[in-house]
Amino acid sequence: MEHLIKELVTKMADDALILGHRNSEWTGLGPVMEEDIAFSSMAQDKIGHAWALYRILQEMPGGQDPDQFAFLRPESEYKCCHLSEMPIGTYEFSLMRHFLFDHAETVRYNSLLESSFVPLQQLAKKVKGELKYHTLHAAAWILQLGKGGTESHGKMQAALDNCFPLACGIFEPGPDDVQLSDIYPGERALYEQWLDNINPILTKAALKLPENVTPAYGGRYGQHTPHLHSLLKEMGEVFRQDSAAAW
Amino acid sequence: MDMIKIIYQSLEKVMDPEIPVLNILEMGMITDVQQDEKGIHIKMIPTFSACPAISLIKQQISDTVSKDLQLPVEVTVDTAIQWNSNRLTETAKEKLRGFGIAPPPVHHGEIDAEMLIHVTCPYCGSENTFMRSPFGTTLCRAMHFCRQCGMMFEQFKPLT
Repeated sequence: MEHLIKELVTKMADDALILGHRNSEWTGLGPVMEEDIAFSSMAQDKIGHAWALYRILQEMPGGQDPDQFAFLRPESEYKCCHLSEMPIGTYEFSLMRHFLFDHAETVRYNSLLESSFVPLQQLAKKVKGELKYHTLHAAAWILQLGKGGTESHGKMQAALDNCFPLACGIFEPGPDDVQLSDIYPGERALYEQWLDNINPILTKAALKLPENVTPAYGGRYGQHTPHLHSLLKEMGEVFRQDSAAAW
Repeated sequence: MDMIKIIYQSLEKVMDPEIPVLNILEMGMITDVQQDEKGIHIKMIPTFSACPAISLIKQQISDTVSKDLQLPVEVTVDTAIQWNSNRLTETAKEKLRGFGIAPPPVHHGEIDAEMLIHVTCPYCGSENTFMRSPFGTTLCRAMHFCRQCGMMFEQFKPLT
């Protein structure tokens, strides 16, 4: 049971760390100053959430220092989904990824409010309030750009077509999810709830979910896109110079 | 005087590093103060979980209280209680306004978009304002613009 909880916390933490790193790549590059600040702030939030989750792992038997765990694992031990690994790409790609991912996070943390695993249940109360600003930000732009004229709508629809199969990979089921039923409702249930939450916003923005998609699975089993390799190399570059340094 | 009361008086001297007009009690960041034979035990909570000032605030609490009371001080983050913006005292909200930051409205467990749109300008008092971004210079602030006086201003975000 304990190793299953560790797997759940690890994949959540890795998603937050990797996407947090990606969000931070918009610092200095945002299309307008407010968006530069928004993505930088969300990066900070995500890395804070990752840190809190790595702290939970540290408190469990066999736990490791959060920084060492975050930066020094071999690539195959990261459990992030492919969506989080993709380069920032165009602004509409990053925006759509942020919309789909933060709605998924909201569903997950809402479900954890009922978790029997106290550290996650307590953290969920904190993260839920913070995520509200992420989803408000995302929805405002999805609506504005989805309805913003032919070119704008076309770009947002293409971004959705591109991101949706990747986002479905967030909910890649684990073989023993059913044993975690007291901890959280499982990936299938979260996926259904997520669709219920994003559909009304997408409809309002005149955007259509693509049909017959193949979810981008593999991340939860340590199989990643080539993009993660270069990200990890860059992210840990300073840390690896002296992994025992005090900051 | 009661020991716990003296500790609280000492805590009044510890200011929030990002909003230097407010002390950490007015911010609602202290959740428990105890004293036993080993020393003083203080529990605190950050406003946002990624607040970069947490370790600095812990250090300042420890330094200030141990200097005032000449006793060992242990400061821990309380994971059982989560900060929310209703914890800001009325005095804190008044001081925020004076500092040029619109205080958060009292919420009832949910934040809706309406609460973020109708924010009173801390400079001229007008409600003819709009939100430029739900993010700002620190994690706890959003950016707004006042159509009346033409000023950009910040709001301390309501947080559940």
